[in-house]
Amino acid sequence: MSRYTEHAVSSWMQADGPDSDIVISSRIRIARNVSNEPFPMLATNQQSEEVLNRVASVLKDEELKVIGDFDLVPLTGMSELEKRVLVEKHLISPNLANEARNGAVILSGNEAVSIMVNEEDHLRIQVLYPGFQLKEAWDVAGRIDDIFESVVDYAYDEKHGYLTSCPTNVGTGIRASVMMHLPALVMTQQMNRILQAIQQVGLAVRGLYGEGSEVMGNIFQISNQITLGQTEEEIIDNLHGVARQIIEHEKAARQKLLNESRAKLTDRIRRSFGILCYAEIMDSKEAAQRLSDVRLGIDLGLIEGLSPKVMNELLVMTQPGYLQHHYGRPLSPDERDAHRAKLFRERLNPSGR
Amino acid sequence: MLCQECGKRPATLHFTKIVNGDKTEFHFCEPCAREKGELIPGTAGGFSIHNLLSGLLELDPTGKPATAQQKAAQPRCDFCGMTYAQFSKIGRFGCGECYRHFQDRLTPLLKRVHGNTTHVGKVPKRVGKKVQLRRQIEQLKRDLALKVEQEEFEAAAKLRDQIRELERQSAL
Ligand SMILES: [Zn+2]
Ligand SMILES: [Zn+2]
Repeated sequence: MSRYTEHAVSSWMQADGPDSDIVISSRIRIARNVSNEPFPMLATNQQSEEVLNRVASVLKDEELKVIGDFDLVPLTGMSELEKRVLVEKHLISPNLANEARNGAVILSGNEAVSIMVNEEDHLRIQVLYPGFQLKEAWDVAGRIDDIFESVVDYAYDEKHGYLTSCPTNVGTGIRASVMMHLPALVMTQQMNRILQAIQQVGLAVRGLYGEGSEVMGNIFQISNQITLGQTEEEIIDNLHGVARQIIEHEKAARQKLLNESRAKLTDRIRRSFGILCYAEIMDSKEAAQRLSDVRLGIDLGLIEGLSPKVMNELLVMTQPGYLQHHYGRPLSPDERDAHRAKLFRERLNPSGR
Repeated sequence: MLCQECGKRPATLHFTKIVNGDKTEFHFCEPCAREKGELIPGTAGGFSIHNLLSGLLELDPTGKPATAQQKAAQPRCDFCGMTYAQFSKIGRFGCGECYRHFQDRLTPLLKRVHGNTTHVGKVPKRVGKKVQLRRQIEQLKRDLALKVEQEEFEAAAKLRDQIRELERQSAL
């Protein structure tokens, strides 16, 4: 277990992806259920255990071993803090961490693949890739789906497709999403207009930590809303096309800021960098905003000698769960704000104080 | 229509909230919705897609909330035991069979959420063998019609034989 909570950044994130100055990651999630079993919400302890055992048998599959080495990690016996770290790394959902009976996650060594068992649906296959690589992620997720399908019968009917607990997922069961850093569109106040346009083409926008969370640090997750009546390819092409346009808009907005208000922009970015380097107290909301500024500064070449990967790492490391895990004990909100500031100082301050 | 909150910007978000059968309609512009925390479905804030869904579901087709008597008479899924009333409270089905049981009531909801009611995507190889055959037959029939139209009768005859063979297989 500790191998998955030790590092703030999954090793898949260490790789560079296309358009990674704007797209942080691309994700495919596929919801599937085993046929003739009640969905996890209604399953008895025995039924959910049965599902877990049937699903776990896939680990012996030779084709799966071609994709990577996989580990089944049961959630029972995991500490609350460990669960929280997995949530902050997007490897499991808060729902699985809080409620699941016989919940488990099947993780690939580099953590690019995480398969939740007994979440809202029996199976939630998730593939995460760095940068803008939706199609590549779909390719891998589809292969894993095929492997499971050869081991268990899925709940499926001809009219509704893959049957899921929530009717918003039925049909293809696919949720494709891209996580984008869009500071220039926010600064130039174009985001509201874009949000509305996105919703009109059947896509949804969320903040960094998904449903019910605030948009933090100018990070937006854009995903498909419709899962019925479109093929998997249509769903992914649609999202891909829209994300491509947003990338171009963000690039144009960044260029515009550079051309028209370079001094102001540089000032803002350097101030944020200075605050991250020297502040004594830092709450998570401010941290997200400052990190966003510095990340933009790195991407635009206004801050040199700092890797965007350090920023990704700090983004995860300064979340409440990881912070407490890092210091090995529960921290009060005030303590967290102080430790967060300390972490930034240690990582970013050239004099290392 | 203008936003009911600020009265300045056009309202782009319209939704109905049903609490204990009392229906209230809301019309907000996005900034005001954001401020009130009554967020757009699928984005941050308290108003998630699931709240929205259960709001829609509690309406029966006449627009009136169901009485206790109507609820008791509601169909029940014979596999997991869930009633439609329970489903409309939580917005989740208890098993795959629920989709068959509640199909008639589900159709308008699916139309609303997805704009569509029929799956056209992936078919699982084992469970969906018949589905695959049927789709294959439909495609061949379209090809056949085309060949006949183009007066390529030899090719058409081949297709016809293929269709017969597949139809025989799907009847098994
Ligand atoms: Zn307003
Ligand atoms: Zn059922």
